[in-house]
Amino acid sequence: MTAVSLRDVRKSFGPTEIIRGVNLEIQSGERHALIGPNGAGKTTLFNLISGRFPITSGEIALNDRRIDALPPHKINRMGLSRSFQITSIFHRLSVFENLRCALLWSQGYSYSFWSPLWRQKALNERAEFLLEDLNLTSRRDILAGLLSYAEQRALEVGMTIAGGASVILLDEPTAGMSHSETDYAMALIRRVTQGKTLLMVEHDMKVVFDLADTITVLVYGQVIASGPPEEVRASKAVREAYLGALEE
Amino acid sequence: MSEATPATVAIGAKPMGRAWLWWGALLLLALVLPWMFYDWTTGRHSGFMISMLSQAGMMVIFALSYNMLMGQAGLLSFCHAVFFGMGGYTVIHLLSSIGAGDIGIPMEVVPLFGGLAGLGMAIVFGYMATKQRATAFAMITMGIGELLATASVMFHHFFGGEGGITTDRMIDRSLFGLTYAQGIQVYYLIIGWTVISVVGMYFLTQTPLGRMANACRDNFERAQFVGYDPKIVRFVQFALSGLFAGIGGGLYAITYEIVTFDAMAGPLSANALLMAYIGGTTVFAGPILGAVLITVLQSGVSLLSNSWLVYVGVLFITMVTFVPTGLAGIVMAHGPIHKAGQLGRLTVPYLRLLVPGVALLLGFIGLVELLSFLTIGAAQGKKLSLFGAPIDVNAFQPWAIVAVCVLGGAGWLRIESKAFNRVWEQVTADVKARELLR
Ligand SMILES: Nc1ncnc2c1ncn2[C@@H]1O[C@H](COP(=O)(O)OP(=O)(O)O)[C@@H](O)[C@H]1O
Ligand SMILES: [Mg+2]
Repeated sequence: MTAVSLRDVRKSFGPTEIIRGVNLEIQSGERHALIGPNGAGKTTLFNLISGRFPITSGEIALNDRRIDALPPHKINRMGLSRSFQITSIFHRLSVFENLRCALLWSQGYSYSFWSPLWRQKALNERAEFLLEDLNLTSRRDILAGLLSYAEQRALEVGMTIAGGASVILLDEPTAGMSHSETDYAMALIRRVTQGKTLLMVEHDMKVVFDLADTITVLVYGQVIASGPPEEVRASKAVREAYLGALEE
Repeated sequence: MSEATPATVAIGAKPMGRAWLWWGALLLLALVLPWMFYDWTTGRHSGFMISMLSQAGMMVIFALSYNMLMGQAGLLSFCHAVFFGMGGYTVIHLLSSIGAGDIGIPMEVVPLFGGLAGLGMAIVFGYMATKQRATAFAMITMGIGELLATASVMFHHFFGGEGGITTDRMIDRSLFGLTYAQGIQVYYLIIGWTVISVVGMYFLTQTPLGRMANACRDNFERAQFVGYDPKIVRFVQFALSGLFAGIGGGLYAITYEIVTFDAMAGPLSANALLMAYIGGTTVFAGPILGAVLITVLQSGVSLLSNSWLVYVGVLFITMVTFVPTGLAGIVMAHGPIHKAGQLGRLTVPYLRLLVPGVALLLGFIGLVELLSFLTIGAAQGKKLSLFGAPIDVNAFQPWAIVAVCVLGGAGWLRIESKAFNRVWEQVTADVKARELLR
């Protein structure tokens, strides 16, 4: 089954077309890596899929339902969750509260102003469990804004997967991390995205070839290759446009 | 003064523990305070005290409800008095109807109808304003305030024009057989509703809505990607803050038996902002401090001085500039130091701040008073006197003394506050180090 499909998606900012007719199919349960040089439009593509920006033309579907005209919160409720390349958390709330906020909607609390949070045992246990999973238990009551960079990145991933979305979009989750931090973060991502559909932007080729079932290469707003890792690695166009430059 | 450590725990992040003790003490104080000014020989309460405390009570509700927007949701509103005033007008009309025997509602429940009026208004205007956030939101609330100013002229029947609307609170309907003839009974009614409102607003901070209001304040965009529509969060929060403001306004109407447009006009909205900000918007109880302080300034200092508004204004500017976390923020910053048993190290530095601080303060007050007596005072034919000794505002000497106090105090305070900052940083660093060791 197709989890996410894009058909001839285009996006212009003013006169410049940044996404120039992208077609992409992501199968359910697939681990899909999106790679490409800086400025290729990877983040923009995430912004389009997740509803942050409206598309200029084309079609985007999630589990065969059109989502390209929906606001972000509705897309999220349909089971698609994303992280941000530039960490986006609730910086004046504690780490625990950040995770709890990320859980609330999926746990059915809606805009409730009548259920006291301290009485929601199942919710709180879930949040604690997530904390543990992210190895942030010792930072539980610290303001998220005061966490170290790597910890904030972990929290970012945690908030993205908290709601139990079936499709997860991660935008450079390991960017700026040291080697050991990257290894740790990747193990975490592997663990928490088990059984989910994952679309991930990543620059570290080792990570990409380790993790991905499918790789899509985006250059100048166009997909120049998409397929299994070996195929993409062997592709001449990709070598010329991207990988070659990296390996030199 | 420095604000070296931001509070590390957010609004209402922890359920109350020992805090209950403080709240209990505060309530007890509010209950017994009138009796400390009771005149046992004549058997009368101090009218001044009762009215000041009553005013403080309703302002506590008002300021806290304002902070549901400002501190908790990050929304700067300039029309909060609209909901207060609407509660007031509604209760005035309601009291008149009850008094005339048209409806039978006991006095104890009447403020709730003020709240419902505030809620209704906040639903209508919140629908317009909360589609936006930040500056656009602030502008719309400004417009709403203006709109109501116009409406009050158009709907003369409801608002009563210049003279406002009056009523008689002796409706002779009470759950407890009270007449509310005396101020003290009204005061206890206010305390009752203040407790209900404070508990209610605290409760809201501990609900999914309250938490998501914080989240949208911090990062409205991210809130969308965890499934929430920030517009609806803002709307519900806005509506509920109107409910509590309306309760405050209802108590106002019962207390004064008159509501004029002042009760819903811009200056009162600005007052809400002052109270919340000076008290501290980052701590739930902050606006309580601010409301009490401003009320005392308003009732107490306004008796003594023509210029009380100047003092409030300067206090506000000082807080915004030097202590953006407000009074409660200062208090909270001492929490970890107190826990680590290091508070004693700050005693001497504080005393050293106190001396030039007081000099500056007195000098400033002197300056303001001299100026005010030179202008308004002269026009009113008043004479300035200190401890009974008359002071000639046209002489050179008082101005010289005042100038020395202000300039000398300010210079000295600068030096001392630098020294204080060094000590503060040292102490907080030590406290942090200890925490890490534990
Ligand atoms: N909101 C925006 N307005 C205008 N231009 C944008 C906007 N967002 C991204 N762009 C442009 O789109 C291009 C692709 O950016 P981005 O999607 O961030 O690339 P990538 O994530 O692949 O590095 C860049 O040239 C960037 O300047
Ligand atoms: Mg990017």
